Amino acid sequence: MNRMKPFDHLILILGTLFMVSPIAIAVMTSTHTAADIHANGLSLLPGGHGFETYETVLTRQGGFTGQVTGTRMMMNSVILGLGFAVGKIVFSMLAAYALVYFRFRFATVMFWVIFTTLLLPLEVRIMPSYQVMSGLGLLNTYTGLIVPLLASATGTFYFRQFFKSVPDELLEAARIDGAGPVRFFIDVLIPLSRTMIAAIFIIMFVYGWNQYLWPMLMTTDERFFTLMRGIKQILQVWIGSQIPDYNEAFALAVLALLPPVVMVVVFQSWFIKGLTESDK
Amino acid sequence: MASIDITGVSKIYPGAAGRSVTGIDLTIADGEFIVLVGPSGCGKSTLLRMVAGLEDITEGEIRIAGRRVNDLEPADRDIAMVFQNYALYPHMTVRENMAYGLKNRKTPRDVIEARVAEAARMLELGPYLDRKPRALSGGQRQRVAMGRAIVRQPAAFLFDEPLSNLDAKLRVSMRGEIRRLQKRLGTTSIYVTHDQLEAMTLADRLVVLNGGRIEQVGTPLDIYHHPASTFVASFIGSPAMNLIDAEVSGNRVVIGDQAITLAAPVQGIGGPAVLGIRAEDLHPAPSGLLFRVDLVEELGAQRLVHGHVSGQGLTLALSPAHPLSETMTIAPAGPALHFFDVGTGRRIGDTAAARTGAGVMA
Repeated sequence: MNRMKPFDHLILILGTLFMVSPIAIAVMTSTHTAADIHANGLSLLPGGHGFETYETVLTRQGGFTGQVTGTRMMMNSVILGLGFAVGKIVFSMLAAYALVYFRFRFATVMFWVIFTTLLLPLEVRIMPSYQVMSGLGLLNTYTGLIVPLLASATGTFYFRQFFKSVPDELLEAARIDGAGPVRFFIDVLIPLSRTMIAAIFIIMFVYGWNQYLWPMLMTTDERFFTLMRGIKQILQVWIGSQIPDYNEAFALAVLALLPPVVMVVVFQSWFIKGLTESDK
Repeated sequence: MASIDITGVSKIYPGAAGRSVTGIDLTIADGEFIVLVGPSGCGKSTLLRMVAGLEDITEGEIRIAGRRVNDLEPADRDIAMVFQNYALYPHMTVRENMAYGLKNRKTPRDVIEARVAEAARMLELGPYLDRKPRALSGGQRQRVAMGRAIVRQPAAFLFDEPLSNLDAKLRVSMRGEIRRLQKRLGTTSIYVTHDQLEAMTLADRLVVLNGGRIEQVGTPLDIYHHPASTFVASFIGSPAMNLIDAEVSGNRVVIGDQAITLAAPVQGIGGPAVLGIRAEDLHPAPSGLLFRVDLVEELGAQRLVHGHVSGQGLTLALSPAHPLSETMTIAPAGPALHFFDVGTGRRIGDTAAARTGAGVMA
């Protein structure tokens, strides 16, 4: 095994370069002026305009109405990401709890119905979803942005599998200890699911954060713009001979990267801790 | 503290053709330690779980302290259960594990603390109260599971093979501990095991189950010395009782082409029967049955000699001091012959004759 080491390291180093260099280029390029970038292309070395670019991006009021700043867009994205993650976890845990622990007719059939919706991407049902939200008058609201996407087949599936692996004796012990269905869920199942919750939280936060099509359909009001839309918006301003604000687009892209990275770093420590304490 | 009355209890699992447990009648006195023993699938766990309320009772009635509990939730039956895999809540400390049941019953905090402290002292768990179960050894986890039962101060303890996950040595010491604890607390207990040795050592009374029915109820010694059927005879005791086909006529017992003559005729038996003899009741004798040795197992304090008499397998427990040879003549010690019906396997004949017929002649 020892003889393999240099080769292993080479592969790892190459892999790291492959993954990291686009991000490094984005970060570095965002510190040059737009004209610079237009003239010299992408850059691997830092330029002198980093601070002002980020400041502009975060605070300048842009868009047609002049109401939306980078900070605002970032906040919208965070609301969307957190709303998605928390909502999906709550819904899918409750659904999985019902499916696993309560005996009711057609439970298995229902589960498979839910599960098959995994196969249908959002785009397939986007028209009816839009119609419903429009009918309910929820266009241009956070509710309209978040609620229609909360039912999660993936989450339900994962939690169902997890609950099935919890030994029955725990439920029996809890029943003898006088814990009803709600107590058992709160006192035993939720603490046991910590690792699962952390994993799903990461996945769902990033999923919500990266939403593009749905927010674009649901919101026309610029106050609800997310970062993903903001990046696009900047590059669309190609009027006459004006140079697009490449630097700002890169800066926004870098900013858009940060929160998911923070989430992963924070929850990963929980996640790993949970995995190493794997007893049920 | 309470008596438990089980009347005509049966269990039919949904979708199953027959009964898993059939017509169990059992009265357990206050403070008694009852062990349900039998091979896997005999219904002993099902019966226990019906008492606990974890399984519905299909037929019959269970009363704890005179109160019908058929339709009560497990928590309302005033029982505590110790599970085979302990079923401790992994995310709670030892203290929280023990206190959880009391907390759910809205017991005052100071009472909970006092009871947990008392149980911890009794089980020597004091230093571990703030640990999580994963930081404990198997034996300690088992103690926590017991502690969780004790703090409830229930009418009855139910044990579902609590020692089967422990290694042999620990099992013996925990066995003693459970027995001492139960005697001290005087709580009625039902204990399920498939280990006949555990059953013998723990029980005030043994209940031997087979195929969902009670084969025999009695004190361990009573069951050992007077098994009611060939099943009980072969299940209780190690090595298992020798069971051989014999032909009885008066005081002659014919085994294949050999025969032994008893001092007195066996009452109530004539013709073919199954003869049961414990390994330790067979001794080398100047005259008797011709025994061919196949295999010897050395156990240290004694040695088990396997062989056959007229083609039928037989095991002897001999002192290691006794010289071995290819063939021996053996004879049963007088009081220890058991006869069973060939068809039903039930005990037959009054064995008074065998019991008193000390002088056995070849």
